[in-house]
Amino acid sequence: MEDVIIGLEIHVQLNRLRSKMFCGCSTDYHNSEPNSHTCPVCLGLPGSLPVLNKKAVEFGIKVGLALNCTIEEETLFYRKNYYYPDLPKGFQISQYDFPLATRGHIMILGDDGVERDIRINRAHMEEDPGRLVHAGTIDRAKYTMVDYNRCGMPLLEVVTEPDLHSPKEARAFLDKLKSILEYLEVFDGSLEGSMRVDANISLKGGDRTEIKNISGFKGVEKALSYEITRQKNMQRRNIKVVQETRHFDEIRNITVSIRSKVGAHDYRYFPECDLVGLRIASWVPAIKAALPELPDAKRKRFVEQYNLSDDHAKSLTSEIKVANFYEAVAARAPPKLAAVWIADVLKGELNYRDQTVDGFSQEHMAEIVNMLAESKITEDGAVQIIRDLLDGRGSSPDEIVKSKGLGKAKDDVVQKAVREAVAESADAVADYKAGSERALNFIVGVVMKKTRGKASPGEVHKLVKAEVEKM
Amino acid sequence: MLMELKEQLLSGSAEEYLNKLFLKIEKSPLNGFTSLARESALQQAREFDKNPGQGRLAGVPIAIKECISTKGIETNCSSNILRGYIPPYDAHVIEQLKAEGAIIMGKTNMDEFAMGSSTETSCFGPTRNPWDYDCVPGGSSGGSAAVVAGGEAPCALGSDTGGSVRCPASFCGIVGLKPTYGLVSRYGLVAYANSLEQIGPLTRTVEDTALLMEVIAGHDERDTTSAEGKKRYLPIREGVSGLKIGIPREYFGEGVSKEVEKAVWDAINTLESLGAAWQEVSLPHTKHALAAYYVIAMSEASSNLARFDGLRYGLRFGEDKDWHTTFSDIRARGFGPEAKRRILLGTYALSAGYYGRYYLKALKVRTLIKEDFLRAFKDVDLLAGPTMPIPAFKIGERINDPLSLYLADVFTVPINLAGVPAISVPCGFAGHLPVGLQLIGKHFDEATILQAAHTFEKATPFHEKTPAVI
Repeated sequence: MEDVIIGLEIHVQLNRLRSKMFCGCSTDYHNSEPNSHTCPVCLGLPGSLPVLNKKAVEFGIKVGLALNCTIEEETLFYRKNYYYPDLPKGFQISQYDFPLATRGHIMILGDDGVERDIRINRAHMEEDPGRLVHAGTIDRAKYTMVDYNRCGMPLLEVVTEPDLHSPKEARAFLDKLKSILEYLEVFDGSLEGSMRVDANISLKGGDRTEIKNISGFKGVEKALSYEITRQKNMQRRNIKVVQETRHFDEIRNITVSIRSKVGAHDYRYFPECDLVGLRIASWVPAIKAALPELPDAKRKRFVEQYNLSDDHAKSLTSEIKVANFYEAVAARAPPKLAAVWIADVLKGELNYRDQTVDGFSQEHMAEIVNMLAESKITEDGAVQIIRDLLDGRGSSPDEIVKSKGLGKAKDDVVQKAVREAVAESADAVADYKAGSERALNFIVGVVMKKTRGKASPGEVHKLVKAEVEKM
Repeated sequence: MLMELKEQLLSGSAEEYLNKLFLKIEKSPLNGFTSLARESALQQAREFDKNPGQGRLAGVPIAIKECISTKGIETNCSSNILRGYIPPYDAHVIEQLKAEGAIIMGKTNMDEFAMGSSTETSCFGPTRNPWDYDCVPGGSSGGSAAVVAGGEAPCALGSDTGGSVRCPASFCGIVGLKPTYGLVSRYGLVAYANSLEQIGPLTRTVEDTALLMEVIAGHDERDTTSAEGKKRYLPIREGVSGLKIGIPREYFGEGVSKEVEKAVWDAINTLESLGAAWQEVSLPHTKHALAAYYVIAMSEASSNLARFDGLRYGLRFGEDKDWHTTFSDIRARGFGPEAKRRILLGTYALSAGYYGRYYLKALKVRTLIKEDFLRAFKDVDLLAGPTMPIPAFKIGERINDPLSLYLADVFTVPINLAGVPAISVPCGFAGHLPVGLQLIGKHFDEATILQAAHTFEKATPFHEKTPAVI
């Protein structure tokens, strides 16, 4: 889909900070009464002045470095002037010239299956506006209420170059960005509205539209897909796509025009004199030295250190929580087997239940992997244990094995059952000898019945084959 | 004055003194006060009478300009758009005053949002000059200056963005100081042009100004531009022997009234006779100061005044319509013509395509003006000249000619552009109207201009003269 051109602007709330961008109000407002986390500064009351939260700048530099950006020597804040009810000062303190970070890149897996760098234009800091609560949908609401709890939350706006070519690639970029932000411990993606995306999209040769303020990665994919279809239909019918801002209606899964770019905003950026320029060059070395291992580096290390496939390493490192979980398990159980079971089984079961890895004990996982390695349980048994633990049926793998009788039958018992089964199945043996490979499955079934499922079908298949071959 | 007042209050009654002032204000023709905090002030006075405490301003009433945030007392910048706004917090300077026992007696009239030099753009109508009721008191802190000169308050705070403390001090024959930018916290000062303005005292004597400065100056972590450290100004050093005074040649000549020029030269001669030496200096970029000042101030104002949309506080009327209509209606009705003029011009100057031509150029001129001062201060300790080129003019005389009003700021705005401190002290009369001498100091060297002003005051009778109303 080279004919689709997408660029993203991602507003990331640096919500692991304790206080807002320019005042002492707490960032922990999500379960609070509207307008209870406010003060004269974030309400923009007459006479109030902003004081920069230095920790926010530090977080911003961290992200800039992780996105392979150049960090400016000195960073400046500007006023972006526009009127909107969620903006209590009538301007937003943002950055313009001399943003915190410029010219970076991060790698994603393209639709063609090849990994490539997506260029980052810049990352700059700004304050979040308040939140509008419409009575109904945005285009039909009779009135709107404003909650300023969010106002003044520290935001980092990451702007990409138009390097993405499909909704899926946009999603891959967002997943990667989120992964990096969580590795850096500056961001908690589980909080509502913590990442909001503006997407610019055009078809080759056409004008671009900007879809504003999409929350949720699925929303981004849906909005972009809708917009591609809409623009293609217009092209097909020879209707010109107008440059405009559109809103994604999550309920109807469509984008709607909210304002035309004709007479576009002039934000009249000029320096915010209430804040002095901040020389940050000297902060960089220490922040750089303290950067954690990032997803790509961890993935490479996992491949080398644990001898994992790249796919498994990628799957295990996309979320820092999973990566840490894996390493804890790998320290107590065979790493390669642990990788398979965490990446291919546990993650799927967690996803299905909408749970995170926090809800599963590292000790239990190591125990399960060790039992598998020692052939004490079958693969089906292991899956059963994981599901039981996740669903609260049973307190430990050991306990579940005992109570459900999932312990794998001892080899001599299996061997005995195989011999008996082969002896009892003369017809099937004859069929096999006559060339029907499938005839063995019948004998395997008999063995499984005799061992009441405690044997591993794969192993039984091997044993049966060997036994029949002997005849 | 304030020292003697404190003695008098300790032996007498603060409540009685305050009641006398309130009585006088009620009958006053000046229109200096916009509101009185009668109950809280009297309550505080009664407490003082029972237990005076140790505060440096214990029991001393003070008048506060309308643009300085006072918790529980309406703060409206003399603008309809902010009528009814009662701040939930005190400005830093108010906290400092209260901590030293001062009694906030009320709020004083000003040009709307400090935009003017005559206090005529107020939504409460003009304040009158105590020396001549037909004349303006200067502005924008005209209310504060008039009530001090008129004996309705012993001292007051104003704010100075382009001369708004010094101009009314000069027109009303009292002392007014514009501190070095960053010396007094702006936290709680409703912004007009935030890169230029400072809160400053308006008093009857230089010593009183020094005392108020000791109370209100000092670092405040809520204002990023606030300087570190706390300074002492009292006792003021007396004498000017050895001080080198620069006389900027650009501050005399065309546009300066003969009477003003004579009073100022007399003052310079007095300082010389007291032991100071003077020499002519040049501030060559002075002629560009007004243009640069108005571009910068209006640009900042257009952004600073954007928050007044009636949504959270201030003016609201009729039935709400859609957002754009509602806030446009509120702003159309709430702002007076001068505020609108400055918002429009500032918005224009910041617009895409004009930013470089106006705002950036003004910033460059600002740097040149600052360099003028730094160069001059290599040779001299302070500068002296007129505060205003003219004495107080008649109410209504210039209000319809904004350019002629702006021109009157020609000697005050360069000081704000450079960020240096300057004081205006009474130095004579033009007819029956006072004239102010402006002494300009190096950054954070308030001590030297206080010293020169105080020595001059001790040697001259002008500060003792009071208008006939008293």
